[in-house]
Amino acid sequence: MTLPHPLVKFRPSWQLILTLLMFVFMYLPVLVLAFFSFNASPFSAGWGGFSLKWYAKMISDGRMLSALQDSLLVAFLAVMISAVLGTLMAVGLARYKFPGKGLYQGMSYLPLIIPDIAIAVATLVFLASLAIPLSLWTVVAAHVVFCISYIALVISTRLTGLNQHLEEAALDLGATPQQAFIKVLLPQLMPAIISGCLLSFVLSMDDLLISNFTAGGGTTTLPMEIFSRVRTGVKPDINALSVVLILGSGILAFAAEYIRFKGDQQQLGK
Amino acid sequence: MAQTIAKNLPTVETDTKYDVELHKVFKVYNGETAVRGIDLGIRQGEFFSILGPSGCGKTTTLRLIAGFEEPSAGEVLVRGKSMVGVPPYRRPVNTVFQSYALFGHLTVWDNIAFGLRIKQKSKSDIQRLVGEALHLVKMDSFARRYPAQLSGGQQQRIALARALVNQPTVVLLDEPLGALDLKLRKEMQVELSTLHKELGVTFVMVTHDQEEALSLSDRIAVMNEGRVEQIGTPSEIYDFPKTPFVADFIGETNLFEGYVESVDASLIKVTTQQGLSILVKPTAACNGSTSDPVVVSVRPEKIQVTLDAPGSRINCFEGRLIHTMFLGAHVHYVVQLLSGDRVTIMQPSRVNGSVSAEDTLYIHWAAADGLPLLAQPTSH
Repeated sequence: MTLPHPLVKFRPSWQLILTLLMFVFMYLPVLVLAFFSFNASPFSAGWGGFSLKWYAKMISDGRMLSALQDSLLVAFLAVMISAVLGTLMAVGLARYKFPGKGLYQGMSYLPLIIPDIAIAVATLVFLASLAIPLSLWTVVAAHVVFCISYIALVISTRLTGLNQHLEEAALDLGATPQQAFIKVLLPQLMPAIISGCLLSFVLSMDDLLISNFTAGGGTTTLPMEIFSRVRTGVKPDINALSVVLILGSGILAFAAEYIRFKGDQQQLGK
Repeated sequence: MAQTIAKNLPTVETDTKYDVELHKVFKVYNGETAVRGIDLGIRQGEFFSILGPSGCGKTTTLRLIAGFEEPSAGEVLVRGKSMVGVPPYRRPVNTVFQSYALFGHLTVWDNIAFGLRIKQKSKSDIQRLVGEALHLVKMDSFARRYPAQLSGGQQQRIALARALVNQPTVVLLDEPLGALDLKLRKEMQVELSTLHKELGVTFVMVTHDQEEALSLSDRIAVMNEGRVEQIGTPSEIYDFPKTPFVADFIGETNLFEGYVESVDASLIKVTTQQGLSILVKPTAACNGSTSDPVVVSVRPEKIQVTLDAPGSRINCFEGRLIHTMFLGAHVHYVVQLLSGDRVTIMQPSRVNGSVSAEDTLYIHWAAADGLPLLAQPTSH
């Protein structure tokens, strides 16, 4: 009686319309950008036929490549340092009780909330007051600040879901606390560690503000390079680069989520 | 009847060696005392259960033996050696956790081999011992699976194998069957018992399930509020509970609180708060001095129900049937006495002779079927 008749007209609800509008607003610019990256004409005004020449130009652009190298180096170093420190921080906060733990916990995750511009300015002022010359290493140090919080957050989520007795079981079977950490806890946390690393790698690659404030002469990350070029007008090769960056970030983020999901599946009841 | 049971009991406190001893053990957590002065001796090769309601300190006691907790006072000994300051990884005990705590990133085989690899046993030894352990728990064909691919009962077996493969002096089991459904639990109870007999290793099991403790254990320690109320064989604990708590916790019972009115001709006369006069035989623990506060425990199956006033005038009370529960082999009656007491009675079910509700009836029991217990200063 109340079964929907197949011939009933489809009437979109306002929720559906709103959702579609949202997606259009979010992804249409990206699609337009991708579209023009294959445009043979150097002007965004018209379509000059399909071409990969902007991609070829991007690959042969020396300044672009050196910026990419800087970006990768910064992201790689910052993530490596943060992975070690972030893991220790998350495990320490979850497993041990010490005075001032609550305060420490709150402060460790603060960089996720503090605006980037504040971190950037504060780091710059701090480095200047200690007369530390700006270089690639100062960018790495500044990136560690937010990467570490991010990685620790992802790991601590996994830790709270982990069976509290796993380490005890390892100790019970004769493992020393160090062996229990390496042979049981670390493998259990690995999906979270990898996922946190991939996501913070994307964040580091993407950062413009903090890098801009803390980079010394001669260090230019990819976002800095793009930003400086865009000021003089968007060239089609920037379109091509953007498409590559979006794809790269997307793949990394997807991989991170997939690894985390697989890890949670392996996890047993608490 | 009671005498013959007592005679068949194994003689208590022979010079058997103890695998685990606890001497005046206390454990305080942030001001809360979880364990209040426990003395225990667990004999070599026995199946020992620690039974009690949740929060009675039984799991804490197990963790003190395993070494996950250090006693605030007192001493834990394993095979006569003090375990003070000995970390869990140097104790000759292995634990089966309630949650199993299997390592999800390792296969069943690697889970069981974990302890042997840590101890750096030779490859051939590991191969042989793990194979034997898998066979012991009937999980031979599951070696290459991951724990997440196993059912609860199968995970339980692996947890057991992982502990047993290390050939510990004592196996500690923390509510090992608690997470299984009833049918599986019954099966695993039989297997635990068989395993224990085959291996001859000392088992210490923590449980809140009295039936499980009674059916599996050689001896049971009943705990309440951080103290051991009684230690004994299952039949000792069931037939001769030492305290009202034990009588109430193990099996079902009717408790009558009162005080000793008089003692004569080897019978104690107890007057309850509701005014009943009950005759019981004195015991060694409770021989009845006049005006002692006592609790009389009478098991439901020891009480007879009749529709007519019986000849015997001992422990005979008139009442009204208020509830009947048919349990297959048995029928449960709840009878409200004229005094207001409610008494639970269990009788074998018969085809005829059923009593209907609101009938006036009489209940009675022999003086030897009641057990006088010294009332405890109530601590709750």
